[in-house]
Amino acid sequence: MSEGLYSMEAKDYDKTLDLTKIKPYGDTMNDGKVQLSFTLPVPAGDEADEAAKQLIKKMGFENPLVVYSKELTQGFTFFNCYGSCTHTVDYTSIHVPKVESNKMEMHECDDYIRENIGRKLVMVGASTGTDAHTVGIDAIMNMKGYAGHYGLERYDMIEAYNLGSQVPNEEFIAKAVELKADALLVSQTVTQKDVHIKNMTELVEMLEAEGLRDKVILVCGGPRISHELAKELGYDAGFGMNTYADDVSSFVAQEFVKRGWK
Amino acid sequence: MQKSKIGLDFEKVAHARGAAKKIADEVQDFVGNYTTVAVERTICRLLGIDGIDENEVPLPNVVVDELKSKGVLGNGVMFFMGNAIAETGKTPQEIADQISAGKLDITQLPVHKKEEIEAALNPYINATIEKIRARRQRRENYINTIGEGPKPYLYIIVATGNIYEDVVQAQAGARQGADIIAVIRTTGQSLLDYVPYGATTEGFGGTFATQENFRIMRKALDEVGEEVGRYIRLCNYCSGLCMPEIAAMGALEGLDVMLNDALYGILFRDINMQRTLIDQYFSRIINGFAGVIINTGEDNYLTTADAYEEAHTVLASDLINEQLAFAAGLPEEQMGLGHAFEMDPQLENGFLYELAQAQMLREIFPNAPLKYMPPTKFMTGNIFRGHIQDALFNVIGQWTHQGLQLLGMPTEAIHTPFMSDRYLSIENAKYIFNNMKDIGEEVEFKEGGIIRNRAKEVLDNASNLLDKMVGEGLFSALEKGIFGNVKRPRNGGKGLDGVTLKTENYFNPFVELMKGKK
Repeated sequence: MSEGLYSMEAKDYDKTLDLTKIKPYGDTMNDGKVQLSFTLPVPAGDEADEAAKQLIKKMGFENPLVVYSKELTQGFTFFNCYGSCTHTVDYTSIHVPKVESNKMEMHECDDYIRENIGRKLVMVGASTGTDAHTVGIDAIMNMKGYAGHYGLERYDMIEAYNLGSQVPNEEFIAKAVELKADALLVSQTVTQKDVHIKNMTELVEMLEAEGLRDKVILVCGGPRISHELAKELGYDAGFGMNTYADDVSSFVAQEFVKRGWK
Repeated sequence: MQKSKIGLDFEKVAHARGAAKKIADEVQDFVGNYTTVAVERTICRLLGIDGIDENEVPLPNVVVDELKSKGVLGNGVMFFMGNAIAETGKTPQEIADQISAGKLDITQLPVHKKEEIEAALNPYINATIEKIRARRQRRENYINTIGEGPKPYLYIIVATGNIYEDVVQAQAGARQGADIIAVIRTTGQSLLDYVPYGATTEGFGGTFATQENFRIMRKALDEVGEEVGRYIRLCNYCSGLCMPEIAAMGALEGLDVMLNDALYGILFRDINMQRTLIDQYFSRIINGFAGVIINTGEDNYLTTADAYEEAHTVLASDLINEQLAFAAGLPEEQMGLGHAFEMDPQLENGFLYELAQAQMLREIFPNAPLKYMPPTKFMTGNIFRGHIQDALFNVIGQWTHQGLQLLGMPTEAIHTPFMSDRYLSIENAKYIFNNMKDIGEEVEFKEGGIIRNRAKEVLDNASNLLDKMVGEGLFSALEKGIFGNVKRPRNGGKGLDGVTLKTENYFNPFVELMKGKK
């Protein structure tokens, strides 16, 4: 299995970078190398390895290599594999919808709100529906913040309310009205069977029914949430992996100003 | 005198433990006067009442709701049920069926003498006690014959939502080396004020805890345990609004480990504190009697609050949980007190602090099978670094002799584990546990060094916190947000309307029969 430590394979493909036809990079431009791991519902053996190779070929890889296979339990075999991808992507034609705001760190953002709005912004956040995870909303809101990004509670010019987890949409809206929220922050961690979509859609519908949707900035976040998905569901912005409190605060403050609200 | 590898001041430990006892005693004074709908439903179940009505409402709920709606729940189910048996000669199940059909009002029957009521109940009570005792003996017999894995027990979760799929995953995990299988509950079950019925195949992020699901998984684990020559423990979640009911179901079906924290539901599920503290008492009595190891949830504090700064709240809470468990007759050997490896991986010397804390807890609770939780908060989707974080966590688990090692998954924060994720995690742990087997016996820690200083600091802070709490009590400490930075009002949260003051008629013989007994 390890005779390929030094690859003797001839590299007769074009090794120049063409952004209209990019493919994965292992150690040589355009080698297309990808590592894969997966489990097949068959017992270990030569037939299993062959099945893995054939599958990898069908996925669009050349030179499939099964470097490790192990039967996890009777009738299920795990594989580590490599292959060279034959497909390419035109990088120059890619367009990804993004949150359009300039990211400001905490002090900048406080100054921005002070100068352009002149009062504290009220932001109410919760992990809504049946979702019991507070990790996301805490990372954004708690004073301490996450990974060196202070949370909204630490901002001078933000009045942040973290309602915690498993907050029903009705309760969330009632609290938002009571606190005169400028922005609502919805956190969703559990995404099995698209439970987050149903819950997030329900919130938008309820806000619309009560005539509140246009009166607040509505954003959502979570590891499986993208800005694109958020827009599709009727939110103003969505924050996925590797976004922090300053991404959220910058967006809300600038959106608030953009709408000409006071 | 116990010898400490990290220079712990055991007088300070004794002082902190004394403070925790005072806090727990005060809670206990309150608990004794009340019952809850969950406690009463548990009594129904222990008297053999099971099943659902045509609207899928469990019969224990039907019976208890009937008493509650008539405003007589404070007399307790025992009183009315015993009286009804004495009057009608029917079984508790038949009586429940009749209540459900609207054919019998057990609050309107002529009241029999106390001795008659007790005598009517005795056969049902004794049958349940014997059933649970037999379950316990069955486990002990397995351990004595086919044996069990070494500690730390490898603890993995399954969470497909479908109990039959869970069985496949659980058996695979056991074959790969897992010692404990936890069936994660579906999101939101902790807030249901009833326990669903029957085998279930739909759940979000987990599978419903039902008595039938317990039975199905117990059978599957016994099968695979016999196959691999190792008893495989089954874990579920005895928390939320049905805490003692689930304890009873677990005791009847041979569960081995139950998440059962006195404070978790209050802090992280916003369940009313009075309700949970009353419920946890009876649930722990049952778990103690059934030989179930309880797990406490201190690890959760560190996912909301900072793991370095708030480490002392974990120790303080472990000490309170220990005293509340003692009050319910639960022996040390069944106290899976919780903590976690949750510091930011960027923290310089973070591993040393984690090691110090794990060793400190080991020495403060020498007989408890501590439950050690893996990194979750700083698992990022970088599965390769995540696998190393889990490895460091496993090093400490072996080094400090943790009891239950909940295995971290490289794909934490991405999805519920694949079969292959579990394999990689078990391989990781087994490699480290074997390769570093006796490191704990070989290494002592430098006087005045980082590790000893850290342990001292955490103990001092925990002790100070407990001293402060003695003055104000647990209820007001919870109101002030001392644990996990979460504030909960005494009369807020879910389930308070299920709390009732006991009357003079109230009695519950299970407390006497189970508490501190085997």
